[in-house]
Amino acid sequence: MSKNVGIVIVSHSADVARGTAMMVEQMVGREVPLGWCGGDPDGGLGTNVEAIMAAIDKAWSEKGVAILVDLGGAETNSEMAIEMLPEPRRSRVVVCNAPVVEGAVMAATEAASGATLDAVRRTAEELTPA
Amino acid sequence: MMIDQSMRKRLFETVANRVIASADELTDLDRAIGDGDHGTNMRRGFEAVLAAADELSAKSFGDSLKGVGTTLVMKVGGASGPLYGTLFLSLGKSLADDVSSEQVAEALAAAIEAVKARGKSDVGQKTMLDVFHPVLAVLREGGEELPARLKAAARRAAQNTIPMRAIRGRASFLGERSIGHMDPGARSSALIVDAVADVMEGRA
Repeated sequence: MSKNVGIVIVSHSADVARGTAMMVEQMVGREVPLGWCGGDPDGGLGTNVEAIMAAIDKAWSEKGVAILVDLGGAETNSEMAIEMLPEPRRSRVVVCNAPVVEGAVMAATEAASGATLDAVRRTAEELTPA
Repeated sequence: MMIDQSMRKRLFETVANRVIASADELTDLDRAIGDGDHGTNMRRGFEAVLAAADELSAKSFGDSLKGVGTTLVMKVGGASGPLYGTLFLSLGKSLADDVSSEQVAEALAAAIEAVKARGKSDVGQKTMLDVFHPVLAVLREGGEELPARLKAAARRAAQNTIPMRAIRGRASFLGERSIGHMDPGARSSALIVDAVADVMEGRA
C-alpha cells in the first residue's frame, strides 16, 4: 500500500486518459498510485461508472484518491462512483475542480511529496481561476 | 393503486421501449446543443433495463426501481446515467407496492431534489428538471384524467425548454446559441412521463 495519495484520471476518451497517465508517470514517476479510464461501456466516447470504480480501486491508497476529470459527464459519473463506494473509502475520494492534464500532473507532483489528500486537491485546484 | 409484478414489468418495458424507439430523435436534439450522445446512451441504458425487466419486476416496487436506477448508472455512460439513475434510486427509496398519488408526488419531489443535487442544477436551466417540476405540480393537484394531464404537462414543459438558455452541461458552452433548441434531457423525461401515463391509463 502506497504512502502517497492516489490519482485517478477520468476522460471521455480512453486515449486522453492513457496519454495523461503516461505524462504523469514520466514527470512524477511511479511512486504515486495511478488509475485511469475513458470511454463509455461500449468503447465509444463517454464515461463509465464501473470503470471509474475500478480505476479508484487500482489507485487506492489509505491516504485517499484524487480524481481529475475532463467534461461534465466525467464529473457527474465520478461523483456517482464515489457514492457507490463502501465506507470508509467513500469519504477518502475527492473530485478536483481542475483541468485534467495539468491538474493530474500537479496533483501527482504534490502527492509524490507525501502530501495529504486535501493538499493534493488544493494544489490541483490552484490551476482553476476563481 | 397496487403496483404488482405484471404492472411493474409493463411499466419498465413500456418506458424502456419508448426511450429506445426515440433514440435517434434524442441524438439529433443532442447534436444541436450537446455532444450528440444522449440517444445512444439512453438506448444502451434502457436496453439493459429491458433485458432485466423480468428479474427487476420480480422484486418489490421500491427495490425494482432501485434496480432500474443502478442499471442506468452502470450502463448509460454519460451524465444522464447518474441523473436518471439518481431519479429512479430516489423513487425506489420511498415507494411501496401499494401507493397513493400523494405518495408518488412526495417521492417525485424528493427525487427531483436528489437530481438537483447530483447535477448541481435547478429549475429553469434547460434540463430534465424543467419537465419533472411541472409534472410534479400536476401530480400534486390530482383530480380527474390525471394521466392525460400529466402527458400534456410533460409535452408542454419540454417545448418550454426551447427558448431557455442552458447553464449546465455541454449545452452551457454554447451560451446564447443554446436558445432555440429543445433540451434532449427534457425530451427524454417527457417520453418517460408519457410512457408511465399510458400504463396508468391501461393503454400500454
